[in-house]
Amino acid sequence: MNLTLKIWRQPDASSAGAMHTYQLADVSPDMSFLEMLDVLNEQLNEQGEEPIAFDSDCREGICGMCGLMINGDAHGPEVTTTCQLHMRSFKDGETITVEPWRSDAFPVIKDLVVDRSAFDRIIQQGGYISVNTGSAPEAHSVPVPRDDALRAFNVATCIGCGACVAACPNGSASLFMGAKITHLGELPQGQPERDSRVVNMVAQHDHEGFGGCTNIGACTAACPKEIPLDVISQLNKDLRTAIKHGH
Amino acid sequence: MDMPDTVSAAEASASGSLDGDYDDAAGYYTPGSPLVDTKAPDAPIAERWQTRKFEARLVNPANRRKLSIIIVGTGLAGASAAATLGEAGYRVKSFCYQDSPRRAHSIAAQGGINAAKNYKEDGDSVHRLFYDTVKGGDYRSRESNVYRLAEVSTNIIDQCVAQGVPFAREYGGLLDNRSFGGVQVSRTFYARGQTGQQLLIGAYQALERQVAAGTVETFTRHEMLELITVDDGSGQKRARGIVARDMVTGEIQTHVADVVVLASGGYGNVFYLSTNAMGCNVTAAWRAHRKGAYMANPCYTQIHPTCIPVSGSHQSKLTLMSESLRNDGRIWVPKNQADCDKDPREIPEEDRDYYLERIYPSFGNLVPRDIASRAAKNVCDEGRGVGPEVDGVRRGVYLDFSAAIERLGEKGITEKYDNLFDMYERITGENPFEVPMRIYPAVHYVMGGLWVDYDLQSTIPGLFVTGEANFSDHGANRLGASALMQGLADGYFVLPHTIRDYLADGPFEEITEDHPAVVEARESVKGRIDHFLSVNGTRSVDSYHRELGNIMWEYCGMERTETGLKKAIDLIRSLKDDFYRNVKVLGSAETLNQSLEKAGRVADFFELGELMCIDALNRRESCGGHFRGESQTEDGEALRHDDEFAYVAAWEWAGEDSIPVLHKEDLVYSAIEMKQRSYK
Ligand SMILES: Cc1cc2nc3c(=O)[nH]c(=O)nc-3n(C[C@H](O)[C@H](O)[C@H](O)COP(=O)(O)OP(=O)(O)OC[C@H]3O[C@@H](n4cnc5c(N)ncnc54)[C@H](O)[C@@H]3O)c2cc1C
Ligand code: SF4
Ligand code: FES
Repeated sequence: MNLTLKIWRQPDASSAGAMHTYQLADVSPDMSFLEMLDVLNEQLNEQGEEPIAFDSDCREGICGMCGLMINGDAHGPEVTTTCQLHMRSFKDGETITVEPWRSDAFPVIKDLVVDRSAFDRIIQQGGYISVNTGSAPEAHSVPVPRDDALRAFNVATCIGCGACVAACPNGSASLFMGAKITHLGELPQGQPERDSRVVNMVAQHDHEGFGGCTNIGACTAACPKEIPLDVISQLNKDLRTAIKHGH
Repeated sequence: MDMPDTVSAAEASASGSLDGDYDDAAGYYTPGSPLVDTKAPDAPIAERWQTRKFEARLVNPANRRKLSIIIVGTGLAGASAAATLGEAGYRVKSFCYQDSPRRAHSIAAQGGINAAKNYKEDGDSVHRLFYDTVKGGDYRSRESNVYRLAEVSTNIIDQCVAQGVPFAREYGGLLDNRSFGGVQVSRTFYARGQTGQQLLIGAYQALERQVAAGTVETFTRHEMLELITVDDGSGQKRARGIVARDMVTGEIQTHVADVVVLASGGYGNVFYLSTNAMGCNVTAAWRAHRKGAYMANPCYTQIHPTCIPVSGSHQSKLTLMSESLRNDGRIWVPKNQADCDKDPREIPEEDRDYYLERIYPSFGNLVPRDIASRAAKNVCDEGRGVGPEVDGVRRGVYLDFSAAIERLGEKGITEKYDNLFDMYERITGENPFEVPMRIYPAVHYVMGGLWVDYDLQSTIPGLFVTGEANFSDHGANRLGASALMQGLADGYFVLPHTIRDYLADGPFEEITEDHPAVVEARESVKGRIDHFLSVNGTRSVDSYHRELGNIMWEYCGMERTETGLKKAIDLIRSLKDDFYRNVKVLGSAETLNQSLEKAGRVADFFELGELMCIDALNRRESCGGHFRGESQTEDGEALRHDDEFAYVAAWEWAGEDSIPVLHKEDLVYSAIEMKQRSYK
């Protein structure tokens, strides 16, 4: 297939960016979206133009490193990560726009690469269970009902990609945060710190400049791991409970 | 692109019979002194670790704040160590090249993690896990280290559960186990097909907790490009820091510390295509090697038989499909070359060659990874591969579920294999319920790595190495679900004890930015970067990497021969020369520059690739993942030569223009007897 690509280019964080248009011929439908960009980069390198910077690592949909706005959709038209999107989802002759995640809390570093370190700082504020190495009790000393374990697992699959933020008109990270609150809140081990966890994570979230949630649901529609919207209800419920407990 | 020719097995076996003294690598290396002291305590095997933990000196909690540790890598091995040492009160700096520690390649591990919990009462024990691991490694690992690994494995599960890792559970609420990788007990703990992800998130969260506590400082998007070693005044060089590049600003930084830990993962990407993440590299380990750390058994590579085949020359990485698929799928290729591009459903039963069932009637499709891999390569080299032609060859074989689908129904298959069929369809665009899957072997893991002693210390004092980056536990072949176990064992339970004995002598002398050793390291990094940016040649870094990968795959992949390896060494040397003269890296050093990052990594892969070939050339035996065409039984089975090769090959860098020096560590088994395997 032959494609017209409109791609955001920005030399660094402090310079202005702009859309650039590129033509790419002979794209195989079996290529992944990122392999298509690799091929474009080879072509640019040959022509003496600096290749386009974009993030990826595992290219299996699990590390959460990749993430592009493709024709205005976070991770493009399918429910998957950008690295698992293949060119057979596009048509010959199509024009495709490619932009970085858009959010005040994710500043652009270069071209399509953004800074998502705000996510790490949210986790630092309580996205863990405090247990020093070596002090853990025998694993079977606390049985966990299978359904609770399963639900904890299902939301623990969040890859921290940031698509939820990019898709949200308010730039909220509530889905990401709700996934962690629910993961740890479903398990007996997560109970002692349950109140402080939610209070501190939400405070950091707001401090980073992420917006509030108004229940639009664009996040869950964009989420490659299909994290359900009800984790946000859980987040709000835990927050109310914590406040009731005097936090 | 230049595709290397294939050396046939016939050509290879013409080079000699099996008996007699060989020195295939003569002229490519210099013999060195043996490595005799691995520092394992002189005690019965089951008491060695207790003894070492007791003998390792303690560091007073008040002194820990004064001691600093650099840890390169935030995978299971690095994040677990950083969290644990932070909790203990040391000052830790943690580095990774990704934008968050949570994205290290460990995240991609699927199947599970072993531990000798014996929750199933099926006869498992520390000793059995130890035995299986040594046997699985084809008797090429170090007994003391493996025993300790089995011993601490049970603590890992306790720790992870307490952190909130959501392992699979049974209805009664207790942990579920499965059997994995052909062992006869169920000792593998798992979290659906995402075990690595869940374990890493546990370690990452523990790490971030220490960041909040102020004991650990993280440096993301930072790449270590050099090791700093400093003479301690007695003529002894110690590891005292690293030179790292801030990948966003391009700043070249020096970080000094009392001790340096490398947990930088494996180097499977020397083959260009592998199941590793795009950024996996050897740079951290290789820079340390050039400064005096020996590299052990670099040729030991694990090739996994069930990966999704290459679809075209644009291919950037390969995806693993769980090995469990071989339980129900039947592997075949057409008997006749003429059928290779036909719709497989139209090829009648009598024209199909179920080659594994034919050659290995008793194990059939379930033969070990290396045998299944080699057989697939052979049928494709014969021209009977299926799927798209890439560079003139079809590299793929069918994995056919039609019989299993008939037996279990689509629903039964979906329950059993979860999302694997979907994943396959997403990548290939073919529905495996209708058309047989296509699979092909791919590089998956490296058993080789930096040499370490029982304390996980390299041959450079003050440089410790953990996880896939070291060589110690898996011998010539790793069992499924044992890499995750090793990474966490090293980081949570081994290193924190052994490193304190070293740190008990600290804090070491203050090192300033203008110390000659620091200046030298920083300048050499800058010199390399300036060189890459100034060549202004005609070929991209990726094109060199791909060509190097082809050479490695062809000659140092599933089957290695004397002639092939010698040819590969020549090809690598000339490709490397060309690279330094003709590579084209655009952009500047002062911003994010992904071509520049790749150039540094590929430069180190050339040198590693050459050493891998020399190591493979020297080891004229077949063991585990290393198959030498010259060393096989009449039936084409791997043949070990314990009399000559029961040693660890530890290679010393001798300088840019010299050949490497080989130091041998003899492998002695006191708790286990060596045996040859057979799968007929
Ligand atoms: C697809 C796949 C599936 C697997 N499944 C299993 C399984 O089911 N069970 C099992 O036991 N094993 C499995 N393995 C193997 C296992 O995942 C790895 O061996 C293990 O996770 C390696 O962990 P590590 O901590 O040593 O290194 P990694 O997780 O690779 O981490 C390396 C770290 O080093 C950093 N780093 C590297 N170089 C530099 C540098 N120069 N500067 C700064 N930082 C650097 C990286 O940023 C990263 O943080 C699998 C492997 C693959 C590829
Ligand atoms: S919730 Fe979904 S979209 Fe948001 S970071 Fe996690 S995986 Fe990505
Ligand atoms: S590159 Fe890892 S999820 Fe896409």
